Amino acid sequence: MDIKDIIKPENLVYQKTSLMTDKPLSYCPGCGHGTAHRILMEVIEEMGIQSETIGVAPVGCSVLAYDFMNVDMVGASHGRAPAVATGIKRCWPEKFVYTYQGDGDLAAIGTAETIHAANRGENITIIFINNGIYGMTGGQMAPTTLPGMKTSTSPYGRDLKSMGNPLKMTELLAQLPGTCYVTRQSVHSPRNVRRAKKAIRAAFESQKENKGLSLVEIVSNCNSGWKMEPVASNEWMVDNMFPFYPLGDIKVDGKLVNNQ
Amino acid sequence: MKELRLMKGNEAVAEGAIRAGADGYFGYPITPQSEVMEYLMAEQPEKRTGMVVLQAESEVAAINMVYGAASTGKKVMTSSSSPGMSLMQEGISYLAGAELPCLLLNVARGGPGLGTIQPSQADYFQSVKGGGHGDYNLIVLAPSSVQEMFDFAFLGFDLAFKYRNPVLMLSDGLIGQMMEKVELCEQLPRTTHFDRSWTLTGKPDGQERNIVTSLDLDASMQEIHNLHLQEKYRQCKEAEVRYELFDTEDADYLFVAYGSSARICQKAIKIGRSEGIKIGLLRPITLWPFPAKPLAELASRMKGILSVEQSAGQMVEDVRLSVGSGVHIEHYGRMGGMIPTPEQVLENLKKLLIAK
Amino acid sequence: MAKMKGAIVVDLEKCKGCEVCRVACPNDVIAMTNEVNHKGYHYAYQEHQDACVGCANCAVVCPDGVITVYKVKLSD
Repeated sequence: MDIKDIIKPENLVYQKTSLMTDKPLSYCPGCGHGTAHRILMEVIEEMGIQSETIGVAPVGCSVLAYDFMNVDMVGASHGRAPAVATGIKRCWPEKFVYTYQGDGDLAAIGTAETIHAANRGENITIIFINNGIYGMTGGQMAPTTLPGMKTSTSPYGRDLKSMGNPLKMTELLAQLPGTCYVTRQSVHSPRNVRRAKKAIRAAFESQKENKGLSLVEIVSNCNSGWKMEPVASNEWMVDNMFPFYPLGDIKVDGKLVNNQ
Repeated sequence: MKELRLMKGNEAVAEGAIRAGADGYFGYPITPQSEVMEYLMAEQPEKRTGMVVLQAESEVAAINMVYGAASTGKKVMTSSSSPGMSLMQEGISYLAGAELPCLLLNVARGGPGLGTIQPSQADYFQSVKGGGHGDYNLIVLAPSSVQEMFDFAFLGFDLAFKYRNPVLMLSDGLIGQMMEKVELCEQLPRTTHFDRSWTLTGKPDGQERNIVTSLDLDASMQEIHNLHLQEKYRQCKEAEVRYELFDTEDADYLFVAYGSSARICQKAIKIGRSEGIKIGLLRPITLWPFPAKPLAELASRMKGILSVEQSAGQMVEDVRLSVGSGVHIEHYGRMGGMIPTPEQVLENLKKLLIAK
Repeated sequence: MAKMKGAIVVDLEKCKGCEVCRVACPNDVIAMTNEVNHKGYHYAYQEHQDACVGCANCAVVCPDGVITVYKVKLSD
């Protein structure tokens, strides 16, 4: 059978959701942001809640997320997305509200806003992209940078004594009674993408039921910041990031999983 | 029948916000304005009108909650005092840049730094010259009575939505804390009009999504946005100047003073007139736009002008800019939370203007 | 069991040549071109016409969402 006979509308299995705009993504080749954007939009499409969803994009590589996500969106200042989302959700409790934050945004400058939104049990969903580095500003050390990891502001490797320890915000947030669903995922392989999408769906379902804050951390690559080729950066992530940031559910239905 | 109540300034603005049909208040405690949120929490406006009240974890969070709610077209506000307002400046710049309406209240106290908790007017520059980064203006209202604390909640929201711009009520610890009789008006319905041309309410089927942001990485587009903002400010300057005159018809000398200082000046005028000194007062109600034209017209008939502020002399710069050369202009003020007496004001008028 | 036959269409001007799809393909269907697109990237293409089963792994993992997947069930 010729390939031309296969490529017909009736044989379509997968195409980019219309909830992603046609604008070319501003991310580096191989960056997990694009995949995370897409599965987030797929979930919103599958739940049929595009007209009920408001997204918040703060500062970071994803500062232009509103160019790519075809939902109503607001650009927030650095770190303040959970506060902005709180303002929206409190006035519109029936809408779906999510933030899309990087590690610098969520775990450094926005730590207070993140913890307090979680502690109040705001019914919002946080998508947290953790690549252990400040991508947009050119590869500086992030709160989640691994011990010994080289960045432009830790050129000899992160020294824990002088630079502090990597912050496991997701585990920390899972301890708070206000969080309902807390999980850590990745999007570097097809299997992981499918799992991450299920997690995002679960997070939005939890928001729908007003169960409290839901958080999906996505451990992702930053091949530019890590100074690697995309495929190699994903391999490095598996070998180095995952042992420190293990994948899987941390809190489900308000209950901590295993020995968290 | 009139509904009269004896209230603190801080309580009056809170009641005003409820009755103006506000959708939400987000704030953080700081003296001398904590009664605003205390009053709202006690009143439970979510039961009265459905208005949301939330105590945030910081002023930074509070202003960003306002930003979020305002982006959806809701009528929301926050209040703070000087150090807290400094913390909010980044968010206020974003609100102005993204053209979001909201009501802000600064019950100012002495500074700099942690300063004092007593009244001050030293936040004038911060309020009328921008405060945060970038070229923007807030519409700044200066209440000088508890009644105006109530009334300006209505006026503030009206102006904020008319111009899609943050409106700041610049009050001070004196107006916020003092108690006066207030005539309350009827409750307005809490019916925010959602203008889909800019509000985020969820992208309707078949319509374009809305984006609220202050970012445009294309400098030429950002300049176009700035030109648009400047045009909006120009229109606002033309239409929204508000001020009040006292005893200016036959005056030889003029006080320019706002807020609590204007109240003190009114008493100083009485004493001065009893001594035969004809003094009048121009009280700016809008500090931005500043009543430059009416002031310039009055100034030509005056022997001298005294700008009276509880600061080292901030508004006096706008007085000089408005009037130009040819009229003797001086500043008198006290700082750090000290309030001048009417006698001190009069004495300084004599010393700085009449004796020279 | 019915045999599946798939095909992919790559939006070659939007492909950034990251090769994440190439390593995700279970049947080594995808390769990168020698020529470059307007952005200067060696873009992905379906090299082995017959090996694709339409599993969509490549499209699912593509960061830029540039791959569309089609599939037919062969009757034999």
